[in-house]
Amino acid sequence: MSTFLQSRWAAPAGLAAGALLLLVSAPAALSVFNLALLGKFICFAIVAVGIGLAWGRGGMLTMGQGVFFGLGAYIMAMHLKLADASLFGGSGVPDFMSLYGSGEVPGWWEPFRSPVVTLAAVVLAPALVALLLGLAVFKRRVKGAYFAILSQALAAAFAVFLMGQQATTGGSNGLSGFRSFFGFDLKDPANKLMLYSVAAVVLLLALAATRQLMHSRFGELLVAVRDQEERVRFLGYDPATIKTLTYVIAAVMAGIAGALFVPIVGIISPADVGVIPSIAFLIGVAIGGRATLLGPVLGALGVAVAQTSLASTFPSFWVYFQGLLFVLVIGFMPGGLASLPQLVSRLKRRRIERGGKGSATAPATHAPEPAHPAPATAANVPEEASR
Amino acid sequence: MELLIGQMFAGLSLGSVLLLAALGLSLTFGQMGVINMAHGELMMAGAYTAFVVQRSISDAGVSLLVSIPVGFLVGGLLGLVLEGLLLRRMYHRPLDTLLVTFGVALILQQAARDIFGAPSVDVRAPAWLQGNMELLGAPIPLTRLFILLLSLVCLAGLVLILRATPLGRRIRAVVLNRDLAETSGISSRRTDQLTFFIGSGLAGVAGVAVTLIGSTGPYLGTNYIVDAFLVVVAGGLGQIKGAVIAAFALGVLQSVFEFSTTASIGKVLILVLVVVFLQLRPQGIFSLKTRSLA
Repeated sequence: MSTFLQSRWAAPAGLAAGALLLLVSAPAALSVFNLALLGKFICFAIVAVGIGLAWGRGGMLTMGQGVFFGLGAYIMAMHLKLADASLFGGSGVPDFMSLYGSGEVPGWWEPFRSPVVTLAAVVLAPALVALLLGLAVFKRRVKGAYFAILSQALAAAFAVFLMGQQATTGGSNGLSGFRSFFGFDLKDPANKLMLYSVAAVVLLLALAATRQLMHSRFGELLVAVRDQEERVRFLGYDPATIKTLTYVIAAVMAGIAGALFVPIVGIISPADVGVIPSIAFLIGVAIGGRATLLGPVLGALGVAVAQTSLASTFPSFWVYFQGLLFVLVIGFMPGGLASLPQLVSRLKRRRIERGGKGSATAPATHAPEPAHPAPATAANVPEEASR
Repeated sequence: MELLIGQMFAGLSLGSVLLLAALGLSLTFGQMGVINMAHGELMMAGAYTAFVVQRSISDAGVSLLVSIPVGFLVGGLLGLVLEGLLLRRMYHRPLDTLLVTFGVALILQQAARDIFGAPSVDVRAPAWLQGNMELLGAPIPLTRLFILLLSLVCLAGLVLILRATPLGRRIRAVVLNRDLAETSGISSRRTDQLTFFIGSGLAGVAGVAVTLIGSTGPYLGTNYIVDAFLVVVAGGLGQIKGAVIAAFALGVLQSVFEFSTTASIGKVLILVLVVVFLQLRPQGIFSLKTRSLA
């Protein structure tokens, strides 16, 4: 089994299996409603792939992925609003603008009438913001907690900004009520299936790209930067470039996910992009195993499914559960479920030792394995050294 | 002129609230390296303490004065529990403390919702804090003046503890060099606990204070936590004087920005300013000079 997992066929086979599952089995088994739900979860999973790369592999705790998700989403939403307005309204002015605003389309909306500009902006806008912030932060060697807090503040500011612009971004109501998607009717089940398939394909592509990246020299450098940034610098590489590039990749994934989220779910509002949703993106990644390829995806899907099934029936219980997940997973199982086999074997070994000596107590803080996916200790080594 | 003084005072007042929220953080984040996202919820606990105290003591003035120490205790004890159950296992993983305490924050928010209900409650300000004081023709709300004074008192108390008591000496020793402090016979475990108790207690006091200027809801803490962290980051880790300057600077700037643009653009400008500032001084206004890399 393990030899197969390491063989060169493993990745293409896994990709094919995933494609089969997502593109053939799921549409056959699920109703239109549930398929749209799965599409939404897949959008979160795409964000999670990026977070896994930046956080798990790169050690950058990105607490502001909601910003990039929101950028992609709002750009797409603006385009859909404008397209709807000229398709159905005739006036070319989105409905909410005549309600709250002057009834005129502001200048900075105009470029998004063009589908080409929109699609380009969905990728470029998050990339540009991430590039600027990444260069500003990483070039000056601001790291660890500082970066996390700055990215979180960015999310907070972004949400506040959106809420303040009732006339041009829909304020706290956000943008909703889309009727068509690049000319396709959004109510038609066939088009819904198409949207879902697009999301699924994007997820698979993101996974394939991330896998290639992880196994490239760049991926190894990234892990090296996470574990010993100074040593990488002494070797002649620039850690800031490596980190910034990774951050940009994660941001682009979040942006594309946001752009897909809008037509699938039908609404985007500041509540989907602020501090809380940005952090909520992280929990699935942590549960699945932040440093692995599939862990973030499976974790994000699992959390989304659990949230949908639990939150509607027991809203208060869900919040407690989510809080407990953060506490238990991050506090006691930082490698996520992916580290479970390791944990079990370590416990077994300890029990054997204890059986032999009678009173041996190995402190749990000493995570011994220098194995690859052990972010428990490895992820934070530079910070430990810095104090 | 009146407008200018009014704006300046609004800024100072905002700064004093930020300072109250950030003082405790500066202690726990700066000195101990724990990123306590539940700090805002400790404030919220302090605010609800004021509410509960006022229900048993109807006189608003007495209840306020009683609430301040009780809020300190409630915040501090909650912090102590948090530290003892979770954080002490994680001192070597600062980024992870952030997420764990975020989970705690979620739990505390929901607990407050279930205990006190989702709608906000109001704490009455005492009669002697109602109304305004005239300063060169500009009206100064007395509640805000009180918060300004309270923040200065807390600041003075904290500095006094750190500078002039054996406990403060131990705290500073553990911050500078944990191992050396241990070899000198200081229990770093007890010092950590006490540091966390004081830091969390200050959050409780901050919570009591903000009941005077707004209503108290389960999500009160989320309004302050991000700004408070920005203050600590801009001020420099573990630097009380940095936090003071950063808090008042951010407060004044924010009120100026909000006055000249809108509230939301003001927030964005503040963030941009902090990022630009960190370009110039990546370690904040003041920084501990060490020989460690980075």
